[in-house]
Amino acid sequence: MVPEDCLYTEDHEWVYIEDEIATIGISEYAAGELGDIVYVELPDVGADVQQTDSIGTIEAVKTVAELFSPISGKVIEINDSLIDDPEIINRSPYEDGWFVKIEMNDKGELDNLLDFGKYQEFLGENH
Amino acid sequence: MALKTPIYDSHVESGGKIVDFAGFMMPVSFEGIVAEHERVRTKVGLFDVSHMGEIEITGDSALEFADYAVTNSIAKLDDGQICYTVCCNEEGKILDDLLVYRFSASRILFVVNAVNVDKIYDHLLSIKKGDVEINNNSSITGQIAVQGPESRSLLIDSPFCASVAEKIKDLEYYHFLVFDYQGNEIILSRTGYTGELGYEIYLPWDLTDSIWNILLGKGKDLGAAPIGLGARDTLRFEPCYCLYGHEIDEETSPLEAGLSWVVKLKKGDFVGRGALVAEKEAKPARKLIGLQLEGRGIPRQGCNVLYDGEVVGKVTSGTFSPTLKKGLAMALVDRSLPKDASGLEIEIRGKLSPAVKVKMPFYQSHVND
Repeated sequence: MVPEDCLYTEDHEWVYIEDEIATIGISEYAAGELGDIVYVELPDVGADVQQTDSIGTIEAVKTVAELFSPISGKVIEINDSLIDDPEIINRSPYEDGWFVKIEMNDKGELDNLLDFGKYQEFLGENH
Repeated sequence: MALKTPIYDSHVESGGKIVDFAGFMMPVSFEGIVAEHERVRTKVGLFDVSHMGEIEITGDSALEFADYAVTNSIAKLDDGQICYTVCCNEEGKILDDLLVYRFSASRILFVVNAVNVDKIYDHLLSIKKGDVEINNNSSITGQIAVQGPESRSLLIDSPFCASVAEKIKDLEYYHFLVFDYQGNEIILSRTGYTGELGYEIYLPWDLTDSIWNILLGKGKDLGAAPIGLGARDTLRFEPCYCLYGHEIDEETSPLEAGLSWVVKLKKGDFVGRGALVAEKEAKPARKLIGLQLEGRGIPRQGCNVLYDGEVVGKVTSGTFSPTLKKGLAMALVDRSLPKDASGLEIEIRGKLSPAVKVKMPFYQSHVND
């Protein structure tokens, strides 16, 4: 995914929209802040999730972060390769390091997210 | 406003990620915690530990006073020798863990944790007795730790240590040298907190950055690079070294934290002795154990430890071990927990994960290499 084409949450998740399917990951900034990621927990395929629900955990050596769902819908695919090689997220946060794909319930929720420019502004102001 | 160590600008230039630690702006990582950790285990790394506190005790009663202030025996040390110890309050709880350097019976150096410098300095003044002068030199003393299997070669080859190169070859673990460098007194000890062969250098604050860059430049061929606080913690965790604020604090006694070996109850009176004698007799309430999750995941400080569904203690340090590639924990638990207890669980963010006891240390140290 091209970072410029993604939408973002203030928790540093990115969302890439293709038709009704949202692919979700964490931004390069978040991956860098967490440092070496050593373990991830992902939701079950088929799970119904609400916007802002915690749908996974990301364990780095020194810290742990939750993955919050940027949108509501049904989990249709998870990135299994992260289970055995979570460092993919550090190496390729926008491509191979995606976490889950969610079939969206309500495209209107996307209005709550930041576009790339707004996210950069947010990073500039807060970090 | 957080303080800067004398090497701060060099850290920023090296790409260090800076965090506030114990009132100092310190680098938490440079190339990444795992890579830095592996570098120290296999090559050599440099740590800026200038935030640590140095309190010097001088005078005719220095030795006697030092022995009164800490639990280990300073009288038993030779001049030029160091010991690890704790400093307790009257209740026998730990105010700090520290290194004690014995220059002579009338000059002793305490090296304390940055977060505890003021507390220990005030404490020492409050229990001061005899002919002693107590000076807090923390703000004028820089400190660099050189740790890893190549640390000896790095120092021996460095122009900075040229005058003592031969002596460094013979320097034993927990011993130190004092030498002159361009009119400055330098203390070089064979100590560290990584579980590897290593050295620590104490030098004037204003000289610290230039020596740091000399060592780093000279050590490049050996694989030397700066190491942040993140790897400093995982490196001390694997050999199960206690860290203040984790395994030890003012709620914990050294007998609980597996530090009985630094408590010399027969050496004469010292602060906390009465309480520790009573505690030893009654048996300490808790003990420190090592734990590993059966499944994946990482226990963290503060997680409850359960046995038979009952909370029996808490994780004091938990992290991913870069050497062993798994999540491990040290935990303070009730003394009554059976040695062979099975069916243990750790509560991680509300979920119970099966755990097993594992032997400490998790990593066999190489400090005597």
